Amino acid sequence: MADNTTVLLDESGIKRALTRISHEILERNKGVRDIALIGIRSGGAHLAEEIGNCMEVIEGERVPVGAVDITLYRDDIKSHGAHLPVGKTDISFSLEAKRVVLVDDVLFTGRTIRAAMDALMDHGRPSSIQLAVLIDRGHRELPIRADFVGRNVPTSLKENVAVMFDEKNKPIAVVLEK
Amino acid sequence: MEFKHKDIIALRDLNREEIELLLATAENMREINSRDIKKVPTLRGKTIINLFYEASTRTRTSFEIAAKRLSADTVNISPSTSSSTKGETLADTALNLLAMKPDIIVMRHAVSGSHYFLSKKLPNCSIINAGDGAHEHPSQGLLDMLTMKDRFGRLDNLKVAIVGDITHSRVARSNIQGLTKMGSRVFLAGPPTMMPPGVERLGNVTVCATMKEAIQDSDVVMMLRIQQERQGKTLMPNTREYSRYFGLNPENLKLAKPDAMVMHPGPINRGVEMSSYVVDGGQSHILKQVENGVAVRMAMLYHVCGGELE
Repeated sequence: MADNTTVLLDESGIKRALTRISHEILERNKGVRDIALIGIRSGGAHLAEEIGNCMEVIEGERVPVGAVDITLYRDDIKSHGAHLPVGKTDISFSLEAKRVVLVDDVLFTGRTIRAAMDALMDHGRPSSIQLAVLIDRGHRELPIRADFVGRNVPTSLKENVAVMFDEKNKPIAVVLEK
Repeated sequence: MEFKHKDIIALRDLNREEIELLLATAENMREINSRDIKKVPTLRGKTIINLFYEASTRTRTSFEIAAKRLSADTVNISPSTSSSTKGETLADTALNLLAMKPDIIVMRHAVSGSHYFLSKKLPNCSIINAGDGAHEHPSQGLLDMLTMKDRFGRLDNLKVAIVGDITHSRVARSNIQGLTKMGSRVFLAGPPTMMPPGVERLGNVTVCATMKEAIQDSDVVMMLRIQQERQGKTLMPNTREYSRYFGLNPENLKLAKPDAMVMHPGPINRGVEMSSYVVDGGQSHILKQVENGVAVRMAMLYHVCGGELE
């Protein structure tokens, strides 16, 4: 790996963080009842699968897991020039009266989360939305905070935090790029 | 892959990657159309003018629904209510519309190539072709390809037969442009009076002497409407004779592959180019085509909005 990157979490570190987040979600919600996990494409969607598997190991019950693509809800759609490719939103169950746990890899400005919440509301009316993120790197531009955080990482705006996945979409590392 | 065009006037102007991007976007847009709340805020504040100089139900409605599902504002102008009946030229109409600051104009016009003219006149507005004369109908070509992709999972190495009035068909031209770019082969059949000379030069296209030859072992049989409004009286003796030689019925459909799909851009003349048994039969994908039309047009509107204005 190049000199200007630092590994913040390795594979087992990510696994421990996701296991703890899974326990916290179950504790806060007193079990799996009415819980649905929705990951934000693409990193968050992979992590939602991991958390879903982890919760199944703990509770012996599978919660519904979906994925939301927020491209069509972005607030910076103009500033990009060519429009970004649109990913697939895949929510095959009703969100009505569900306790939705939104999952993302890195929480930064909060604008992605705003877009994802708008997208979820168009799919139905969940009874609540909670937010789980693997990394919170600060620099919020909207009044949004996470309920479950893997690791808080103070960063400068010049840096970039990325979660790397292998070809099976399993998280393998979190790196800080300077 | 980035979509950099501000206009979509012809599939001839797009490369394979751009067509694939539009189809991939359309596939993911379909999810919106199956929700309770069929709307996303993407094109909020954009104004889209549907300018239809020729009659259309399907295409105009489909573009309008597509625009509304992306939260754009739409205005429809059709010839009977527009100033063109009072003698206004297309150039003047365009400049007047421009004063209202539209972001996209979706136009159907009887004159081939009129969209290129409009695009030059309006450098700050996206132009989408909803059919121009006998030139192209790119949204139809794209939705046809999306329907084939749904069925076969690919768009290369398909044998596609297109049967009917090729000369007057912009649907045929857009499909030829798109399908040959994706690596499929197109076989054309129709009365010699309705077969444009030199059509083979458009790509991997074979002109067949008989309908039987074209649909033999094909994956897709696309039937075209007999456009009686565009034809003189001399192109065919009568519809009964046409139907006998170039109509699709359960008998000759057996020549195609057993799982071949039957398509038609609509509106259908039942009993002329297709028998009702085929229209309503299990191999017909005609309504699926209409359904895909909305998603494809959403993808077109979305990507031209991100295109580079001159």
